[in-house]
Parts: sequence; structure tokens; C-alpha cells
Amino acid sequence: MDITVNILLTIATAATPLLIAAIGELVVERSGVLNLGVEGMMIMGAVGGFGAGYLTGSPWIGLLAAIALGAVFSLLFAVMTLSLATNQVATGLSLTLLGLGLSGMMGTSFVGQPGARLPNLDIPGLTAIPVIGRLLFGQDPIFYISIALTAAVMWFLFKTRTGLTLRSIGDSHTSAHALGIKVIRYRYLAVIFGGACAGLAGGHLSLVYTPQWVENMTAGRGWIALALVVFASWRPWRVLAGAYIFGAVWIGQLHAQAFGIPVPSQLLSSLPYLATIVVLVLISRNKRLTMMNTPASLGQPFVPDR
Amino acid sequence: MSANQDDANLLEVRGLTKTFGTLTACDHIDLTVAKGEIHALLGENGAGKSTLVKMLFGTLEPNSGEIFWNGQAVTITNPGFAKKLGIGMVFQHFSLFEALTAAENIALSLDDGSPISTIAAKARALSYSYGLPLDPQSLVGDLSVGERQRIEIIRCLLQTPQLIILDEPTSVLTPQEADKLFETLERLRSEGKSILYISHRLEEVKRICDRATVLRHGKVVGHCNPRKETAASLARMMVGNDVQAVVRAPAQGIETAQPLLEIRALSRKPATPFSIPLRNINLTVRAGEVIGIAGVAGNGQGEFFESVSGEVPQQDAASVRIRGKDAGGLSITGRRLMGAAFVPEERLGHGAAPRMKLSENLLLSRHATDGKVFVGAGGMVKSDAIYAAAQRIIKAMDVRKSAPDPEAAALSGGNLQKFIVGRELDRRPSVMVVNQPTWGVDAGAAAHIRQTLIELARSGSAVLVISQDLDELFEISDAIAVMHNGELSKPLPIAEATFERIGLLMGGAEPGHAEHALETS
Repeated sequence: MDITVNILLTIATAATPLLIAAIGELVVERSGVLNLGVEGMMIMGAVGGFGAGYLTGSPWIGLLAAIALGAVFSLLFAVMTLSLATNQVATGLSLTLLGLGLSGMMGTSFVGQPGARLPNLDIPGLTAIPVIGRLLFGQDPIFYISIALTAAVMWFLFKTRTGLTLRSIGDSHTSAHALGIKVIRYRYLAVIFGGACAGLAGGHLSLVYTPQWVENMTAGRGWIALALVVFASWRPWRVLAGAYIFGAVWIGQLHAQAFGIPVPSQLLSSLPYLATIVVLVLISRNKRLTMMNTPASLGQPFVPDR
Repeated sequence: MSANQDDANLLEVRGLTKTFGTLTACDHIDLTVAKGEIHALLGENGAGKSTLVKMLFGTLEPNSGEIFWNGQAVTITNPGFAKKLGIGMVFQHFSLFEALTAAENIALSLDDGSPISTIAAKARALSYSYGLPLDPQSLVGDLSVGERQRIEIIRCLLQTPQLIILDEPTSVLTPQEADKLFETLERLRSEGKSILYISHRLEEVKRICDRATVLRHGKVVGHCNPRKETAASLARMMVGNDVQAVVRAPAQGIETAQPLLEIRALSRKPATPFSIPLRNINLTVRAGEVIGIAGVAGNGQGEFFESVSGEVPQQDAASVRIRGKDAGGLSITGRRLMGAAFVPEERLGHGAAPRMKLSENLLLSRHATDGKVFVGAGGMVKSDAIYAAAQRIIKAMDVRKSAPDPEAAALSGGNLQKFIVGRELDRRPSVMVVNQPTWGVDAGAAAHIRQTLIELARSGSAVLVISQDLDELFEISDAIAVMHNGELSKPLPIAEATFERIGLLMGGAEPGHAEHALETS
């Protein structure tokens, strides 16, 4: 029983950074902006989170620093693509490259240092309940934030007027502009939110997942988050499902490798990617729903004529 | 006080000017709109009408000039402010969101925070009271163009504006839908609202407008009472000179002529959730005739053109036959090699590559059919021959341009269209299929294009014209078929076709069930 609980806990830990980064990017893309810099913002969050936590000794300050660094880094992207109308794909890619390089430089003195770890939740009486206690009341704080964030984004996008406005901008920025909606302002806020989420996801890696700094420690998770958003057809609960499928198969194949199953390890390592794609493709078979949820103006620069 | 004298004028514009680079789109425009009048803003494409109203609605900033609202000088900096003043706008290219419902679309332009369900109920009530029934829960992407316009109008009315600006509202409507719109406008006028009505359709301006301001090349060229003018005198004001009438000699012996383009049981599944399936389309175009296809935009004309041109090949090779041979499985080049020519609706990006020169665009569409002339040994392009051919087309079609061989995007819409049509005509194709031949083209150029299409047919080719412009189809066609919801009616010989019959077919009525359709529409 304990093994099962432990496996479930590691799945949640593996899925949480993907979920947070993907949910942030989902909001960005729903506003019609394609930010391929998720990986770069995430790694900035990771190095910033670790650094602040290590220097102050407080993982909570590390957490705030991770969020702030991701947001600031995304602001660079916002200025380039929204105010200067640069190509979003090229700008996003360079943001990722810049983030990987910059974080490596900032983190040279952190390598090998013991970091501060965010403590798991511990509620007397509740956390001690067998099985469900640790699952429901004994995880790291960012896990709870990720679930709350997903629910909040769902509510925001589909139940509030501001969310409706954001989706309308993603559908057609020219129509939105004609109605007097401040397209650029909304997109700035969306991009910064996405950056903050990516930073938080990076902070999870260096403050919870493996509380240390290793260069390039995001290891492509930003790209997986980006793919999740598309394969989940821009719907929050599907992003949640995708992140957890990925996490489950990821942990599963690690255990399988440990058991020494006679299957090439390369094949096992590719399983999480395959399984996530297959499942998400299967749940988004409904072409009509997919079309309705795809932000039609995604990736197009918007320059209002004046 | 002077304000009292100005009371009759809801809106006054003095010397409004807007320049884009070297182009002066609006040059010292003066305009007044009185309370409770329908005021027409007349002008050809590119005369500056849309630029002017965008400045009135705050989406464009004027370079100079003044705007007075109820006698007070105002600076309209954004659409939100325009709405607050009481200016509502129904856009020409609808500003709707396809992936959202009608109610959500309406909610987006209202500033109050009331829940969507309240807005939906209000919209429904208002739409029925004006006789423009609307289902607030329907998805805009599923609606016809006429229904989309209803959403725009209802959205505008919910803001209780004093001035409503309508930009070319009837260009997408059937004649019956347009009648309904005119009733609505007259009712709004009787409620004391003012309407600024933008159009280049003279008959409807004469019918519903109290005053007219005529624009040409960005300048006001006259104010008049359209009811006292004739269509010809209004056209002269708009264009600056008389427009040559199109001459169409009756076609002789068409019934026995050889069928050059045959479409047999053509069906196609919708490619996207919002596109229209084609359902069992049958049509024969014979040598010597022009067949017109009418229909409200978005009823499958685009899908039909793609299937006929080979942009999307068919499974069934016999569903499209050119000069007696199956062509359904062929690509657009294969069909061109059989003697067919195609002019798509979208000029830039479909009909021509925007950033390439006219001569290069000529090579792009004719490298296969004129390979011997344009491409030499080893696949080397013969630039001189192509340049000469491009100049020949430019001369034949009277294409106005600023350089000997400019980029396609540098030409005005009308001149580029003349070049694209001329490029195909230059081949003397035996089958010509044209989608929206004169959309956005000025009256003089449009008459020229129409005349050349008729002459091509009379010289022994089969011509198929898809158009939303009924006047155009009546001018050039020997028979008119109507496309509605992916189905094509039987062609009506022009002698039997009337605006009313075609209009009913456009609205979806089967011939013979006309009375029924009138009751429900």
C-alpha cells in the first residue's frame, strides 16, 4: 500500500511543473500569442528560485523569486512581439536559447550546493490518515497551487467577462480591436501571466523536485508543456489530464527500467511522449470542438493602423 | 445660443483629413448628419468612405479636422468613446468572433457587467421586436452572412445609439433580406435615430436615403437629394464621367453547341466545421454562353470553385469534365492543360503572389500551358518573352501602374484584377471560370472586365461566373443558377430570370414554393 502511495506521490510531483507551465501557456495562446520561450522562462525560474532560496535560506522567498524572474523574462518577449511586432516564433525560440545560456551563467556558483526545499504540507491529524492522508494533505505546496490554478483558469476563461474578452482576442484580434478592446494590453497581461507560471514551474523543479541547481535542469519540460497545450486543444482540464498521463507513464517506465524488463531503455524513455500524444489525440477527435477551441489568430502579429 | 441652431445637426464634420504615407485617403471632408435622417455616403471603392467612418468610430485617428457632436467639439480617440457618445457601427467586414455564440459576441461590445443570460434574453426580445429573429445561443461560425449581420445590428441597437453607421450593409444580402433591412432602417428613422448609410448601390440609396454626400478620390464632390437624382446622374458624380454600358448580344444556337464544361453529381464533404458541403451539383456550360452563379456569400461558392478549378481534386474523375474528358482527378495545372482557365476570388495570395512582379506572376500560372514560349532549354526561364507577354496583357486590359513591371501588391485592387483576368484571357481558354470577377473593382474597370468575358464566350468559349453581385450577373449571363447551402438550382434562362425569382432561390426557396418561402422569411 505504501508503495502505491509513494508512486502516486511521485507522479504528482512529475506532473506538477508540466501542468503549471502548460496552464500559463494556455492562457497566453488563448489570447492569440504563441510563446515558444516556455523552456527559457522555466529555467530562469529554476535558477532564480534556487538562487534566492539558497542565498536567503528561505524556500518561500525562492518561490517568489522564481515567479518574478519568469514574469520579468516574459516581459522581454512581450515588448518584442507585442510592442515591436517581431515574429513570435523566432522571438520565442531566442528567448529559450537566451534563458538556457543566461541561467547557466547565473548558476555557476550554485552547482553542487545544497538548496532549500519547500516543506510538504503537514496538518496534524489529517496528514496521518492512512493512504489518503498523504495524498490529499501531505504534498508540496506547489501541487495545491497547480490544481487551484487549473480550476481558476477554467473559471476565468469560460465564466468571466474578462475571460470571454481574452478568448475573443485570440479568435480575431482585428474584430476585437474594431470593438475597442485593448488587444495589446490584454496580450501583455496574458504573456506575463504565462511567464509567471513558467517561472513557478521552474521553481518547482529546483525547490521541490530536485532541490539543487543543475545546468539545463528543465530538460525539455517547457517543450512538453507547449505540446500539451496544443494536443489538449487549448482546454484546461485536458492539459491536466495530459500532464498526469505524462507523469504516470514517466514514473511507470522508470520503475520498469529498475525492474530490468528486457525492453530497450530508449524505447521505455520514449513511452511517456507516445502515450501522451496518443491519448490526447484520441480525446480531441471531435474536429468541430477542436476548431472552436483553437485560437484562430494564434501567432499572428497585431499592428493596429493608426 | 448657437448650440440651439446646431440642434438639428447630430453630427458635423469639418475638414477631416487622413493620410497614409503619400496617399490622402480623406481630404478635407465636410459632412453633416441631421437628427432623424438617413444620410447616404456614396462613392466608389477607394473613395475614402470606410476611412471616414473609421475616424468617426475612433478606430483611426484623423490628421486634421474637427468633429462636432450635438454642437460640441469632440475628439473620438477610441470606439469605446464613440459608443459612449451614442455612435453605433455595423461593419462591412463583420467584426464578429466565429468561435463564440451570438450572445457572447453581443456581450463583448456592451460595457455593463450583466450576465450573458440577461444579455441573451434582451437580444432575443429586441431582435423579435424588430423582426430580425435571432437565436442568441447559436454559434456565429454556423450562421449565414445575413444572420451574422443581424447580430451586428442587434448588438448596435442594444447600445441605444443616436447615430448608426452602416458600411455597405446590403452587399451580402439577398434582395428580400435587403428589403427587411430597409424596413428596419425606416423604423429606426421614425424613432428619431440618425443613420449614416454607406453604399455604392444607387437604387437603394435613391429608395431610402434623405440626403447624400458623394466622395471621389477622398474628396467631397457634391451633396444632393438622391430622390431627385437619377441613377445615371448619381453614377456620374461618383465616377466622374459616364460609365460605358455593357453590351450583350443574344447567344445563338446554344442548345446544340458543344458542352465544354460539365459538372456531374459533384459532392464534397465539408473540409472544416464551418464550411459548406457540396450536394450533388449538376451543370453544363456550352460553347458560346456565359452562365452566372448567384448566391449569398458562404453558401458553398468557394468550395465549388475549389472543386471546379482543381485546387481540391475530386475522388470521382467524371464529376468534372472539360471538353468532353474527365478532369475530376486532375490538379489545377492538369485542368489548365486541357484548355481551362481560372480566376479565384482572392486576388492577393490566391490569384497573385503579392511580392512578386506581374511578369513573375504570369509565369507562375502559365509555366505549364505555355512552357514552350516561357521556358527554354534546361528549364531556363525566358525573361524577355515573359516580360513581353506581361506588357501585352497590361496594354490589352488597360492596367494602370506606377512602374513597368511592378509587384502585384503595388497595384490597386481593380488594376490587379484586370491583370489577373487578362492573364487568363490572353491564353484564349476554351473554358473560363471566374469567382467574383469585379469585387472591389471600380465601375469603369468592372464594365471592361464584364465586356471581355462576354466577348470570350461569343468567340466560342464556355464562361462560368460566380458572383454575389446580382446586377453584374444580369448584365452578362445567358442563364443564372443559384447556389444555396451547397446545392445548385437549375439555370434560369436570362429571359425568365427576375430579381425576385433569383432572390427567392438565394434565400433557399425551391421554384414553385415561392409563396411559402415569403411567409417564413
